[in-house]
Amino acid sequence: MSAHRSDRDRREQALRVGLPIFVLVIAVAAWELAVRLANIPPYVLPAPGQILQTLFADRSLLVHSLLVTLVTTFEGFVLAAAGGIALAVLFNQSRLIEYSLYPYAVILQVTPVVAIAPLLLIYLPQHLAVLACAWIVAFFPVLANTTLGLNSVDRNLTDLFALYGASRGETLWRLKLPSALPYILGGLRIAGGLSLIGAVVAEIAAGSAGAGSGLAYRIAESGYRLNIPRMFAALLLLSAAGIVIFYLLSLLNYLALRRWHESALTADK
Amino acid sequence: MVLPTASHFDALVALRNVGKTFPNGIVALAGLDFAVRPGEFVALLGPSGCGKSTALRIVAGLSEPTAGSVEWSPATGRGQQSRIGFVFQEPTLMPWASVFNNVALPLKLKGVPAAKIAERVEAVLDRVGLGAFGRAFPRELSGGMRMRVSIARALITEPQLLLLDEPFAALDEITRFKLNDDLLRMWQALRTTIVFVTHSVFESVYLSSRVVVMAAGPGRVFRELAVDASYPRDRGFRTSAEYGGFCRSASEALAQAMAAGGEA
Repeated sequence: MSAHRSDRDRREQALRVGLPIFVLVIAVAAWELAVRLANIPPYVLPAPGQILQTLFADRSLLVHSLLVTLVTTFEGFVLAAAGGIALAVLFNQSRLIEYSLYPYAVILQVTPVVAIAPLLLIYLPQHLAVLACAWIVAFFPVLANTTLGLNSVDRNLTDLFALYGASRGETLWRLKLPSALPYILGGLRIAGGLSLIGAVVAEIAAGSAGAGSGLAYRIAESGYRLNIPRMFAALLLLSAAGIVIFYLLSLLNYLALRRWHESALTADK
Repeated sequence: MVLPTASHFDALVALRNVGKTFPNGIVALAGLDFAVRPGEFVALLGPSGCGKSTALRIVAGLSEPTAGSVEWSPATGRGQQSRIGFVFQEPTLMPWASVFNNVALPLKLKGVPAAKIAERVEAVLDRVGLGAFGRAFPRELSGGMRMRVSIARALITEPQLLLLDEPFAALDEITRFKLNDDLLRMWQALRTTIVFVTHSVFESVYLSSRVVVMAAGPGRVFRELAVDASYPRDRGFRTSAEYGGFCRSASEALAQAMAAGGEA
């Protein structure tokens, strides 16, 4: 019975991995074929093969740009995580502070970052402006999720801590933060992707005026030069970076929660 | 109707004319009077909504009465809350912490040194029959085992007064009977005092030396019944005519309480 079931699970798993790869192969082959048969020039639409060639040929330039963007993303993400969690804890401890500041956090979130970026570039050095954009986009999901988590503590456990005379600090550290952890990790997973988006948006906004050399800047620059294959190559790297960030954060989520939280449990346990 | 209660002089804790009105205007308790003597096993029996749980929370200090007072025996001294163990309806364990860390929590919050904590946690886990499960996580345990962890956590501070709020209501009957027996054994071994909230006539009679029947609308004590059967009690007691007789009186009292009370 169980062997039967694991067989079915394995087939299911193979389909989950195999089908998207199959779709990718078909799509890439169709693309390659279409470009070759229709003789489309590379400055209109480069073939996948040529994109890979460009990726290889320009590797030192592109990898350097990738690192620049990744460092900004990482810094923005860390600041957003720290800022979002700290602010949520502050809100949780003092209602007055929450009432005073929460509306502005929302305003910061709902104002499109594309529109803020040019202003930030006027007032801040470019690196800081890009970082600020990454932070602005990424911190809100952390703040919102952590706030939700801190407010979702089991009432009976709260009573229990009160019964044993726990201080505010102990209650925060031993009860509220651990029970908010799944929510915090969920917020971080969103924030990882968003900080990459924030960094890219700011680099694009900085455009040719920027002295920086991130991947988004490469895309903009290649666009001006009609170097379309390099645009695609840079785009490929950006989405690969996004995927890696997402999976790293999912892994963190799994490792932190696998012993106890429903979301990280496998079906047969 | 006022019935003679225990003399307040020898009570461990006494509720005097306690009332509780919630901010939304609902009157949960009015004129509630009862006392608990040291070493007693008191069952609070009543229909749902009669304020049993509220009364228990007031004893624990988790809720403040809006009228009347809670009086503790002078022998208990100040900080009587530190001598209370509380078991909730659900096991109420921290899912992210191992059984060991869940049970150790009250001691950690009191700042007991780690070496002493380990020793005491192991002892109390042995007592509830979970000596081998210290490193397990709550979700890896059955409902009955989780409740044992919850009881172990309540016992670890060696409380003078153990308060249990319908702790076994969600368990199957076989597990419930087993836990009833274990609870009785622990009560006798530890010589502690227990107040046990339940809506089961059979459970209240089996466990307690005194059943306090409550009526609803507003919550108050309707009648007290002494269960003068000797301990230790076991399966033999559960099937005895004596037990049946006590159950009948408790059932009748409960039926009258429900007739006298407001809407259920």
